[in-house]
Amino acid sequence: MSTQHLNLTLKVWRQKGPADKGRFDTLQVRDISPDMSFLEMLDVVNEQLTLEGKAPIAFDHDCREGICGMCGAVVNGRPHGALKGTTLCQLHMRHFENGDVIAIEPFRAMAFKVIKDLAVDRSAFDQIIQAGGYISVNAGGAADANAIPVPQDRAELAMDAAQCIGCGACVAACPNASAMLFVSAKLSQMALLPQGRPEAARRAIAMVRAMDRMGFGNCSNETECEAECPKEINITNIARLNREYFKAGFGSAVK
Amino acid sequence: MNWLADTLTSSIGKKWLMALTGLSFCVFLFTHLAGNLTLYGGRAAFNAYAEQLHSLGALLLVAELGLLLFALIHVVTGLTLFLQNLKARPVRYQVNKSGGGRTIGSATMPYTGLLLLLFVVFHLINFSFVDKTGTTIYDIVTQAFADPLYVLLYVAAMIVAAIHVSHGLWSAFQTIGANHLKYMPAIRILSILFALVVACGFGFLPIYLLISA
Ligand code: FES
Repeated sequence: MSTQHLNLTLKVWRQKGPADKGRFDTLQVRDISPDMSFLEMLDVVNEQLTLEGKAPIAFDHDCREGICGMCGAVVNGRPHGALKGTTLCQLHMRHFENGDVIAIEPFRAMAFKVIKDLAVDRSAFDQIIQAGGYISVNAGGAADANAIPVPQDRAELAMDAAQCIGCGACVAACPNASAMLFVSAKLSQMALLPQGRPEAARRAIAMVRAMDRMGFGNCSNETECEAECPKEINITNIARLNREYFKAGFGSAVK
Repeated sequence: MNWLADTLTSSIGKKWLMALTGLSFCVFLFTHLAGNLTLYGGRAAFNAYAEQLHSLGALLLVAELGLLLFALIHVVTGLTLFLQNLKARPVRYQVNKSGGGRTIGSATMPYTGLLLLLFVVFHLINFSFVDKTGTTIYDIVTQAFADPLYVLLYVAAMIVAAIHVSHGLWSAFQTIGANHLKYMPAIRILSILFALVVACGFGFLPIYLLISA
């Protein structure tokens, strides 16, 4: 781990808008503290660009603590950078060397349109959630917290799936731009719990149809998603989604 | 019956088709290999096996038509998935790097698949749709593999087949949902073992015939 400040060459994807073709711009940045996060480094670059009268690099971010799922870019070919289990906002510059050339691209998929530079429209995910990624709770008095028994191991599995922050790195990492890891996590967190069972069949069909409609690719079990997921969601969730979809398709009355 | 079409043509439905047809090909490979092993028994053993097989008559025809239908489904669905997946990322990455998930098998599935399709056609022309009057299948096979070029081609094809099934087998389990944390290591190992069985089992036969010719 070095404490030496870094001088870097950035190759950043610049695209004026969805219709623009886009291109790489090469920027020299100097004197970056290794304690900065990747996004803070971009902040410094943007300040510099603004002072020079140039347009700052547009990128998504919100919480900057790895829990909201807003940030994300492909850094040297790896979504959220090469560090395992880390979002881009939690990736620190100490993982880079002085003199590094860093290529920064937006998440690329037909279902994820580039809005500007590194900012990408991931509302396709929202539409999948709207299609079925919820449980219906009728209004009324709050239910007793422990009225429905849930075995500990099930609860753990459901919590593991619920770790998904919906950042889209799985789609970005998938050679087929498939959204199966995201959909499987969002389905599993409910399919695993008794509260999610009443709507399980309808949910599975609705979410898979929405996913297909959005133009995501088909999963071919490359497992790149699991390798790049900042929350390390396991691909056995995808096996569960396949099972749930089978049960819904052939073992339920839902059409 | 709209629901059935909707289910089978969805992304997951197409994957089931790939998995189920692919798994049946694995079973077929296994029985084909078991039969081929009679080649080590010499002329009489292999010809007796072939005769026994053909005495099945209608049953054999049904099996062959079934395999043909499955092959059609596997190839057409596979190509559809391949093209859809290309379309799903219209702008490619400039820097492409694996996070460590892909294997040679998984990354080359469509290409090894197409090579295998070519091989199967070639193989059928060689040994199935061949004039067998005045000779036996054993003679046809041993004559073919007296040629080192044939041996090389067949061994190469079996390596391609092994690469294809090394991803295909575990992938099929995952796709039909027969996987969870407990099974994962087992089905991945099973896949590699099966790939080795295919490569060595089929691959050594032509070499053996060449040496003993
Ligand atoms: S900004 Fe919220 S996860 Fe990175």
